[in-house]
Amino acid sequence: MLHLQQKSDSAPRQDRRRFLANIAKTACGVALIGAGLGTYARQTSALPAHALRPPGALPEQDFLGACVRCGLCVRDCPYHALDLARLGDGVTTGTPYFTARKVPCEMCDDIPCVKACPTGALNHDLTEIDKARMGLAVIVDHENCLNYQGLRCDVCYRVCPAMNKAITLELMHNPRSDKHALFIPTVHSDHCTGCGKCEKSCVLEQAAIKVLPLTLAKGELGHHYRFGWQEQQKAGHTLTPNIIELPVRRPEGTP
Amino acid sequence: MSTPIGVDAIAAKGWPRAHQWLLLRRISQIGILALFLLGPWFGVWIVKGNLTSSLTLNMLPLTDPFVLLQTVFAGHLPRTTALTGALVVLMFYFLVGGRVYCSWVCPVNIVTDAAGRLRTRLGLKDSLHLARSLRYWLLGMSLGVAALTGTVAWELVNPVSMLHRGLLFGFGLAGVVVPAVFLFDLLVSTRGWCGHLCPVGAFYSVVGRYSPLRISATNRAGCNDCMDCFAVCPEPQVIGPALKGSVKNIGPLILSPNCTNCGRCIDVCSKNVFHWSTRYNNSFPTSIAPKTEVLS
Repeated sequence: MLHLQQKSDSAPRQDRRRFLANIAKTACGVALIGAGLGTYARQTSALPAHALRPPGALPEQDFLGACVRCGLCVRDCPYHALDLARLGDGVTTGTPYFTARKVPCEMCDDIPCVKACPTGALNHDLTEIDKARMGLAVIVDHENCLNYQGLRCDVCYRVCPAMNKAITLELMHNPRSDKHALFIPTVHSDHCTGCGKCEKSCVLEQAAIKVLPLTLAKGELGHHYRFGWQEQQKAGHTLTPNIIELPVRRPEGTP
Repeated sequence: MSTPIGVDAIAAKGWPRAHQWLLLRRISQIGILALFLLGPWFGVWIVKGNLTSSLTLNMLPLTDPFVLLQTVFAGHLPRTTALTGALVVLMFYFLVGGRVYCSWVCPVNIVTDAAGRLRTRLGLKDSLHLARSLRYWLLGMSLGVAALTGTVAWELVNPVSMLHRGLLFGFGLAGVVVPAVFLFDLLVSTRGWCGHLCPVGAFYSVVGRYSPLRISATNRAGCNDCMDCFAVCPEPQVIGPALKGSVKNIGPLILSPNCTNCGRCIDVCSKNVFHWSTRYNNSFPTSIAPKTEVLS
């Protein structure tokens, strides 16, 4: 039966060959376009450090797969902090973001942007704005921060919605005058929401404190690192007994 | 073709009736756009968001099922709000014909219709041949890339969402995408974007595969072969089987899912061949005996 078909069906066979060749050509062409699109998608998925996602945003990779770019969060932001990225802004086209130095997040108690999100790209599990982690404030410029010069600017400390928790002023000796103190603004990641009010309010031409994405702002200890003093506290006794006390050698005449 | 399209129809029915569905379509397209623009332009928030997802009167969520499907392929499980919105949209377009989205809602349609018209006016005949099936390939590709990259990748380049979002939230460089589509349709390929490439249209073709509302060449016996319907139709391949089907024993319904239910064929026909109908109404007086009887 196979032989018979081959003999009588030579024209349909040519048709079929052309059909298959066409399919192969189209498939290759479309795959090429797909590869281009995929590459472009990966290229544009890097979020610039100044662009911050709204509160509750999923981790960036998940966010780009979940956000439909509808702008409902933008519309419901009462302070017009959010904007949808335009092509050429450097942020993935159509996705919502804000720039702390322009308009920071005002941390509304009812988090209307999250409530507006229809897809869950902004996670609705976020019900307390204090738990938002849009980024982390970092004093990026010790050389220009006024407090590091021994002045009492303190603006970032005072505008912080979590004052004295997210940013504290740590007293240090001022070696320049040798009698005053430095009040060093110090950010604590367990309270900083990344709202950006500190960056917005920094009195310098360029902010010395900037909110960075958590991945850029945070270090991470080696997983095997242990701090001796913490281990000692946990154990309730020293973990290195029988350590030899060496005599302290001081210049003569000092106690 | 020496006479411009639709002259006979205007002579027979008068201008308004020869443009009835076109006008209604433009009112629909511009009206929907205006509803969206009322918010950002005048502070009247009847509809918020854009065509990919919106909220009407603070209660009715509507979501583009194609974009939502991309998020699912990208590995995201959307919340019920978006799912409900997509379901409402799916149900609606299933009932009225999937590609009603293309001809009655989509803002790009105005652009490509303009390009198509200008092309006919200028008598541009050269056209890059693209297979009409290419859009289904691109539909598959867009979902595939979403799955492989884990991002809603097609929305980075989709002219449909770019135009609508651009009007509501600002274009940026996306402003070049719309003229690009216009020039592509005008100079490169006749009805190139909407009729051959756009995966959104392909998606809605699938949605409308079994839609009840269809156009029928009910009065095809009256056809005088003026060819105006073929000339004006954005998907002319869908007309042939229905209009010329009586010799092949095919019913008068335009059943192809690529038909956009735009109703232009109804407008331009001076003989009133086409009418709105449903897919359950495909009976016709047989002009020739059915084949089974010939054989017996």
